[in-house]
Amino acid sequence: MADPQAAAATDLALRGDKLVKRFGAVTALDGVSLTLGRGEILGILGDNGAGKSTLVKILTGFHQQTSGTLHVHGEETLLKSVDHARALGIECVYQDLALANSLSIYHNMFLNREIVRRGPFRLVDHKQMRERAAQCLEDIGVHVPSVDLPVERLSGGQRQAIAVARAVHSNAKILLLDEPLAAMGAREAALIIDLVMRLKEKGGLSIIMIMHNYAQTLDIADRIMLMQRGRVTYEQRSANTSVAELMDIVRREYRAMRATTAQ
Amino acid sequence: MNTVNEPRKATTPARIASPRGAWASHWAPELRILLVAVLLAAYFQFINHDFLFSNASLVNLSQYVAPVAIIAFGEIMLMIGGDIDLSAGMVFAFAPFMMVFANEAGAPMWLAVIAGLIAAAIIGFVNGAVTVFLRLPSFVTTLGTLFLINGITLTVSRGTPAATPGSPEFAAVMGAWGYSEIIWTVAIAFVMHVLLRHTRWGLHTQAAGANPLGASEAGIHVNRLRLGNFVLAAVLAGFTGILESFRITSIDPQAGGNQIMFLAVAAAVIGGTPLTGGSGTIVGGLLGAAVLGILSDGFTLIGINAFTFNIILGAAILAAMIFNIHIGRIRRKGAR
Repeated sequence: MADPQAAAATDLALRGDKLVKRFGAVTALDGVSLTLGRGEILGILGDNGAGKSTLVKILTGFHQQTSGTLHVHGEETLLKSVDHARALGIECVYQDLALANSLSIYHNMFLNREIVRRGPFRLVDHKQMRERAAQCLEDIGVHVPSVDLPVERLSGGQRQAIAVARAVHSNAKILLLDEPLAAMGAREAALIIDLVMRLKEKGGLSIIMIMHNYAQTLDIADRIMLMQRGRVTYEQRSANTSVAELMDIVRREYRAMRATTAQ
Repeated sequence: MNTVNEPRKATTPARIASPRGAWASHWAPELRILLVAVLLAAYFQFINHDFLFSNASLVNLSQYVAPVAIIAFGEIMLMIGGDIDLSAGMVFAFAPFMMVFANEAGAPMWLAVIAGLIAAAIIGFVNGAVTVFLRLPSFVTTLGTLFLINGITLTVSRGTPAATPGSPEFAAVMGAWGYSEIIWTVAIAFVMHVLLRHTRWGLHTQAAGANPLGASEAGIHVNRLRLGNFVLAAVLAGFTGILESFRITSIDPQAGGNQIMFLAVAAAVIGGTPLTGGSGTIVGGLLGAAVLGILSDGFTLIGINAFTFNIILGAAILAAMIFNIHIGRIRRKGAR
């Protein structure tokens, strides 16, 4: 199901071929193939249980596929762990954002990557972390009153922005966003969409977004992929499809599924 | 309210709070408790002019504050990580006996003290290992070890006190001299404050307490942190027991106990460390212990009995908790 329009393999940030993941008797992923071009935004749509989360967890090295191959930056790779994926520049912003609410913005941006001063005591360098965090947020156009504020005082959109900024700041080349707009109002969602578009314009970053909302996805993503019951059922450039068409495909699939179960 | 991505209003880089303004707001919770401590001290000084400004009374006051404070530092680290150690008061009584046994076995005093601390560390390790690997709530684990260690201490001591060994010089450094305990306390407070605020260990403990899953997603070894903090808390409790045994010159198997453990937890809470985890302050814990010490010492001097003292202590803890939770909420709202 590789995108026919995808360019030469070297231009791909990520390529998965026939990825299968089984948990005991349950097949969560049933032969998913995908490509992600350099600088591309891929939107993955699908219902709960479609296998989106499992796919993300394979791409972040959290789970390993039962079969199938994965190419990262053109090289075949089995992602052994989250740290391994990170070392290759794959970062994920999970739905729970992994922020420590009582800690400040700059502490969160450097969580587990703190800058440590030289010397036997390995004290953290607050000044440098504060400055770098402020600079990083400035670079990608996220404005907060102060990087000293604890994260718990921020709104949902701001918190999401901090989590995205942290992932980008740690030198991500492939960014996975797990439902970045879930439970967010229109205004907040617009802020995050703006942020993602700005990251794309800056270049050097390929993004996979797990989404629920068809219209929003077509708005942001260059290409969309529809997943149902562990398979990719449809793939198209956003410009060549519409919400109506996607809804239609989903409905058709469900009818087919009901027919098979009825037999 | 939302300032993400709003059109740029100024060309200055994202604002870094000015150090001077940040200082007051950074230390605001501790300053509030300091104010309470100062007001209480002023009140008792007004009632009884010997409360503060004589050598004997200062020594007396510091002896109320020091043991509670040192145990509180360990509890604060645990509470930030979402745990608690109820067995601390029993480790307090256990460690000095291990020190005595080591000394009787021929170890020099400095080595005997280390032996006592290692014994405490082992108990801390057991507390932590059972909590982390067997997934018991620390409240339950340490409730069990509380009785267990108390029983062991009573058994090995045959229920009778022992004389504290060691030369007078060694004893003076280790708590017998009037101000040595409070000097230890301040020194340990400094080290613990640096540990909490200026090392990765401390920052990760806060992160793990605030969001355990998120912290592990960020690659933090949460279990290792929790285990380490249990060991730290037990060692501090054991060290306090050793200091007190040198001060009192005898080692009592019934010393410390639940009273001192709960006072330490109370000092932590009054100082601004919530039981919910994720945040806390060592300096606040020291000030919380000072408030409790001033209350104990003050009421003793003006002759209020122990029953009344507990009523006031209970009310103070409740007031401190209510105050902390609601002031925190108001401040958060104000900032939005």
